[in-house]
Amino acid sequence: MKILVPVKRVVDYNVKIRVKPDGSGVDLANVKMSMNPFDEIAVEEAIRLKEKGVATEIVVVSIGPAQAAETLRTALAMGADRGLLVKVEGAVEPLAVAKILKGVVEAEKPGLVILGKQAIDDDCAQTGQMLAALTGYAQGTFASKIAVEGETLAVTREVDGGLQSVVLTLPAIVTTDLRLNEPRYASLPNIMKAKKKPIAESVAADWGVDPAPRLEVLTTREPPVRKAGVKVASVADLVSKLKNEAGVI
Amino acid sequence: MPIYKAPLRDMRFVLYELHGGEAMTELPGFEDFGRDLVEPVLDEAAKLCEQVLFPLNRSGDEEGCTLANGVVSTPKGFKEAYDRFRDGGWTSISCDPAWGGQGFPNVVSTLVEEMICSANLSFGMYPGLSHGAYNALARHGTEALKEKWLPKLVAGEWAGTMCLTEPHCGTDLGLIRTRAEPKDDGSWAVTGTKIFISAGDHDLTDNILHLVLARTPGAPKGIKGISLFLVPKYAVGDDGAVGGPNGVTCGSIEHKMGIKASSTCVMNFDGATGWLIGERHKGMRAMFTMMNTARLGVAIQGLGIAEVSYQNAVAYARDRIQGRSLSGTKAPDKAADPILVHPDVRRMLLTQRAYTEGCRALAAGIARELDVSQRHPDPKVRQAAEDYVALMTPIAKAMMTDLGSEVANLGVQVYGGHGFIREWGQEQYVRDARITQIYEGTNGVQALDLVGRKMPADAGRALRRFFHPVQAFIEAKVEDERLGVFVQPLAKAFVRLQQATAQVARAGLARPDEAGAAATDYLKLFGLTALAHQWARMAEVAYARLDADGPDTFYEAKIATARFFMDRLLPESSARFSAVMAGGRSIMEFPDDAF
Repeated sequence: MKILVPVKRVVDYNVKIRVKPDGSGVDLANVKMSMNPFDEIAVEEAIRLKEKGVATEIVVVSIGPAQAAETLRTALAMGADRGLLVKVEGAVEPLAVAKILKGVVEAEKPGLVILGKQAIDDDCAQTGQMLAALTGYAQGTFASKIAVEGETLAVTREVDGGLQSVVLTLPAIVTTDLRLNEPRYASLPNIMKAKKKPIAESVAADWGVDPAPRLEVLTTREPPVRKAGVKVASVADLVSKLKNEAGVI
Repeated sequence: MPIYKAPLRDMRFVLYELHGGEAMTELPGFEDFGRDLVEPVLDEAAKLCEQVLFPLNRSGDEEGCTLANGVVSTPKGFKEAYDRFRDGGWTSISCDPAWGGQGFPNVVSTLVEEMICSANLSFGMYPGLSHGAYNALARHGTEALKEKWLPKLVAGEWAGTMCLTEPHCGTDLGLIRTRAEPKDDGSWAVTGTKIFISAGDHDLTDNILHLVLARTPGAPKGIKGISLFLVPKYAVGDDGAVGGPNGVTCGSIEHKMGIKASSTCVMNFDGATGWLIGERHKGMRAMFTMMNTARLGVAIQGLGIAEVSYQNAVAYARDRIQGRSLSGTKAPDKAADPILVHPDVRRMLLTQRAYTEGCRALAAGIARELDVSQRHPDPKVRQAAEDYVALMTPIAKAMMTDLGSEVANLGVQVYGGHGFIREWGQEQYVRDARITQIYEGTNGVQALDLVGRKMPADAGRALRRFFHPVQAFIEAKVEDERLGVFVQPLAKAFVRLQQATAQVARAGLARPDEAGAAATDYLKLFGLTALAHQWARMAEVAYARLDADGPDTFYEAKIATARFFMDRLLPESSARFSAVMAGGRSIMEFPDDAF
């Protein structure tokens, strides 16, 4: 079975994000970028399936600027087999990504697509679901455990009330939650091997998709600074403040 | 909770913008090591150091190593961390691909080593010692020995040590008593006691290969009668399977001031079977192969400690509020200003920063020349690079470890009383740094190596490898409008270094004690001048980048730090110069009985 894993290049999770002074977006100049952590979990899960003999090939795809090739190399160094880079400049919205991925799915015919549940830059959490709708594949989102059983896939989902178990018919789409696994560190020999693995390049138009944003961002602002708290003298005082000042009860 | 983030931005600056790392691929065997490969490797090393090694630093210090029933255990988590480190291929990063290594350039592995030392100096001792053993064995061992022992050493399945010191001899190895008796099958029976053996015994690997200095029957007295032997902890069959004990035991482990998670052992060899490495009586030469690279490794330890201490001091100075700025309140919404606003705190932080970044630039430059000395097709270029490395090795070892200690102490000072409290983590760096000034040849011995060996060798040929390029740089840039303020103080220090060199050479010829008495101050003067050269060059690169790409706080900070170095740190060179020129009388004429 072939597994397709889409990976996104995002601001590294360690970076303290700064909004551009003109409010036009987040300042990305000289900022460390790396693979979306949820996507790393997706790559790791694919590799584990390959190590178990369930998967035969892992194809990673990234939709973004030329530098997204580095993100693909990271996935290849972890153990993916080959990469696809779909070059797009500027912001790409989930629907455009899902449409391009639909084309990739039709061309590659994977048995399973594993995506991160969301990207830590825009936190949309939409691409997997949209791709499922476009392809008509079954979906198991926010997965904390998966197991291939013949022609089906058992998925344990993290939902608000606890865990939900679903069984999907393959081919299917899975989005990963944090507890699915702990991604490995790439080994030095594998980083070297990754350099020689193929990455095929294309552009959005090759997949018949116009990636121009459909949404208009009016402004981007820092969240308001948290104000210092006050100590209350008594429970009555607290209740009074919650009622009269905060207006929450 | 202490923090550590690998300084990848500065490492890229040093490697690619300052030292032209892209040209590395022109050296034979390094064709593959372009930026597209090196940068992901540094990123991955950073992850491993930050997330796996660093969290074990404090706990390893608290727990230390233990010896029970003849078995040494490393602190909790070390074995698992070592497994990940080894499985990742990091033990073999700069080893020869012929033995399973990755063949990376020294300049890259030097940066990785810095991260390891910042994250967990004790942990780094284990693979560090193995690498020293690798170097000596790969260079001087017979093919049969190499085939049997190297692959597993490179793969990190087995570890290595360097067994030099004995109870009665450390610096003066001519006094060694451990003896090796020939056996019928060509091997040797090694008997004796070694002390202070780093990584002498531990639970990280299946076997440990000890490289032991010993005396053979009838060998000449002194260091000309010392031979080097490979003595494994466990015997190994021809099929490579680890067998029974080989008469090597750990007698006790030391209780130390720092690097407590690194086991420092008394090793007893009781007729242990060993094999000769290199020629008989030429053991010191083989040992020096690993000592020179090990000395650079220790220099990097000083740098690594300095970096992590600085990072924590900055974080604390931003966070800790105390007193108001002398020039008026800076944080009106808070009860006090962050201590970062106070001039003396800034002085300490900038001192830490200027020394750390300066040492990184210098160390990477030396590592780059080490690569040239091993790989360049032109023997003349190789020789020149080798001369430079030989000259700079004692300077880097002594200066970078002295500064590592100084920077770690400043780090504690920035924290005030909390620096003295264990749970903040700052005081560990002072304790861990202290040994780096002592082992692998004390810093006093490094200074003697500089004035006694490196300076006079081949009529001062090595000195010219430093003097000529610096002279040329000064002449080319001293008139430069912007760089003048950096190059002029460099030129002043440089002239003094030349005068001091002439003085030490002259006086040393007449009376060796004169050179010995001047050695430490002379080395410091040399080191400060070398740092000034790096800082002037860094300012030059930073200006060029700003011209090309517009404002960038990274380069602006580089230039500001260069200015601080020239204004506030380089003046120490004047004091060192005066001390050298004053001569050794006040030291040597003091009556022994009056001490």
